[in-house]
Amino acid sequence: MNETEKLENENISSAEETVNETAGTEAVEEVSIADSVRALSPTRLVIKRFFRSKLSIIGLIMIIGLFLFSFIGPIFSPYQEGVADYSTDRMNVVTTKMEYVVDGETYVCYKVEKTPMAVDRKAPVSWEHWLGTDGDGMDVLTQTMYGGRISLTISFIVVILEMLIGVILGGLAGYFGGWVDTLIMRIVDIFSCLPDLPIMLIIGAVLDGMKIPARDRIYYMMVFITLLGWIGVARLVRGQILSLREQEFMVSATARGLSTKRKIFRHLIPNVMPHLIVTMTLGLGGVILMESTLSYLNLGVPKPYAAWGSMISAVDKDSSILQYYFNVWGPPGICIVLAVLGFNFIGDGLRDAFDPKSRK
Amino acid sequence: MAKKKTITAEEVETVASEAVAEMVEPAVEAAVAAPVEETATKTVEEAEETAVTEVKESEPLDPEAILEVRNLKKYFPVQTDFFGRPTKYLKAVDDVSFKIKRGTTLGIVGESGCGKTTLGRTILRLQPATGGEIYFDGLDINTLKTKELNKLRPSMQIIFQDPYSSLSPRMPIGEIIGEAVAEHKLVPKSELKEYVLDIMKKCGLPHHYYERYPHEFSGGQRQRICIATALALQPKFVVCDEPVSALDVSIQAQIINLLKDLQEDMGLTYIFISHDLSVVEHISDYVGVMYLGSMVEYATTADIFDHPMHPYTEALFSAVPVPDPKVKMHRIILSGDIPSPINAPSGCKFHTRCSRCMDICKEVAPKFKDYGNGHMVACHLYSQDDETPAE
Repeated sequence: MNETEKLENENISSAEETVNETAGTEAVEEVSIADSVRALSPTRLVIKRFFRSKLSIIGLIMIIGLFLFSFIGPIFSPYQEGVADYSTDRMNVVTTKMEYVVDGETYVCYKVEKTPMAVDRKAPVSWEHWLGTDGDGMDVLTQTMYGGRISLTISFIVVILEMLIGVILGGLAGYFGGWVDTLIMRIVDIFSCLPDLPIMLIIGAVLDGMKIPARDRIYYMMVFITLLGWIGVARLVRGQILSLREQEFMVSATARGLSTKRKIFRHLIPNVMPHLIVTMTLGLGGVILMESTLSYLNLGVPKPYAAWGSMISAVDKDSSILQYYFNVWGPPGICIVLAVLGFNFIGDGLRDAFDPKSRK
Repeated sequence: MAKKKTITAEEVETVASEAVAEMVEPAVEAAVAAPVEETATKTVEEAEETAVTEVKESEPLDPEAILEVRNLKKYFPVQTDFFGRPTKYLKAVDDVSFKIKRGTTLGIVGESGCGKTTLGRTILRLQPATGGEIYFDGLDINTLKTKELNKLRPSMQIIFQDPYSSLSPRMPIGEIIGEAVAEHKLVPKSELKEYVLDIMKKCGLPHHYYERYPHEFSGGQRQRICIATALALQPKFVVCDEPVSALDVSIQAQIINLLKDLQEDMGLTYIFISHDLSVVEHISDYVGVMYLGSMVEYATTADIFDHPMHPYTEALFSAVPVPDPKVKMHRIILSGDIPSPINAPSGCKFHTRCSRCMDICKEVAPKFKDYGNGHMVACHLYSQDDETPAE
């Protein structure tokens, strides 16, 4: 079917939905039987249902906002990633207390030294720095934008990798069963025995010891989060395929002599996809949390690269930041909350939208 | 050597029967000739290996029969020992033999759990048989390789009992019907859509259903879709596995009449599995009665409904309601429940519930014998002697 025909048919179908299926098709009866068939694409149905829920729209706005903020925002920022602000006319005030004892009397003197600041550290909220600067003199707003880039990219890449490994291994286990299933599920069992956080701590220490360059550490972190995370997807896919395999439409596919490839990719995967997409969307939030946890423990994204988690970890190094400088750790924290909430809202909305029986 | 001789005799017969088939359809002559030789040599090899060679095996295939089932067995392991070897079996189909002529309908009736559905699925090798042979158009389905079987699949189809679970929920109707047609390249790609719409029309489905999804349909419409899906592959033989039992009575009649019309149009052969005797009487030319995995009686529909010979058949048919209040029903109420197919009774499986049970019934399994006119019964009430046909 070419593009114009599709458009035509879509127009018809939208008219039909409100009135009746027979009314719309009569108009094009004279064209040809084959052409008058209405084209109602499944994606359109899902999108339509998705936008019926207010929460999923809110979630979508949150995530789109964060993406624009992280990927478009830095273009408008006058500051660079990981570069401190040296151009400042703020003065550094150092007060030194001095005690003198003269004739048995104690005199306390204060020496106040005012020197021009080399680096604009811990600047308050101003027109120059909308969210101030952190302890290293980097603009918090710009750092949050770049941190979003890394955090969001990591979460997407990790989730896609998890999905690939999980679908392939879980699918093999579920479809073929027997010793393939036993082997793969025992590997899954072994992986699920590993405690995530201690393992990541050890890996972080090893990477430190090996003096891995900062950029490479981000890649390593993605790989290790994936390795610890794919088992959930594999279990889900296997379980789904096991139950689908026994359904009569699969027996019917065998009876009709369809190839294994077609049975897997046209019958099994599309039926697993909705669950998978929902799990993955919810998983995106989970990965952001995991990444933040690791970054907070200084195992994740190292300086000069910023990630939301590592920005919050600034409170760990300088206790005054937690008390007096909300503008340093607040924004990345809010971003994490927004991202996780947004992904969860979208995930829930998609779950409802994918269910063909939902009548909401 | 003796074995070999009988087999070669069989081989000759097989080829001979194929020759008859070729005369009927001279157009497919060249296409049929080559694969037949291959499979014939295969059966020789395999027969030598197994070396069971029952007398029946040497019997020639009936050229009129599209499907011939011989001593078909399907056992499910239900209990295994420590090493995973099965120790107990559920004998779902136990030594069933029958033939179906081209263009006719065989009704299979029996209680729930007597192995009707398993029989239907095993015939199409949707599950592997434990023993016995299934000859479809002269080819032994049990010994075919997956690739060869997949080529043969379009010509033997199945319509399932549950129209709700037998359609993939994420595929539009047009694609469900057309996908296997495209897979087997039955029609050129450019004509596929027209072809599918044509089949849909035959099955009473309006063309604008093409892009709809299964969940938008009622049970009766879905069953029509299932029928269209099976018939789009231009089958010669269709197993209808209780196709109407999930539908209400008015829709049942529609579907049954649709199946009958399509049979006339396309020259189909049906196995019609049902526990609804009136439906079976309406649609079938032959009826087979199953009890606990075995076939106890097989005859033409008129014959079996007029003179049921096996006590079980009598009891079963006495339960058919007659739509006339003046007719007094003589129902034969069977005592007890159907025994478990895991520990089937010895001798005649029906002896535990039979009103005319004799001592011999408890020990010796009766032979499935022809008592004239193709009316086959397995019961000790009739002469078990091979020489003299009773009655």
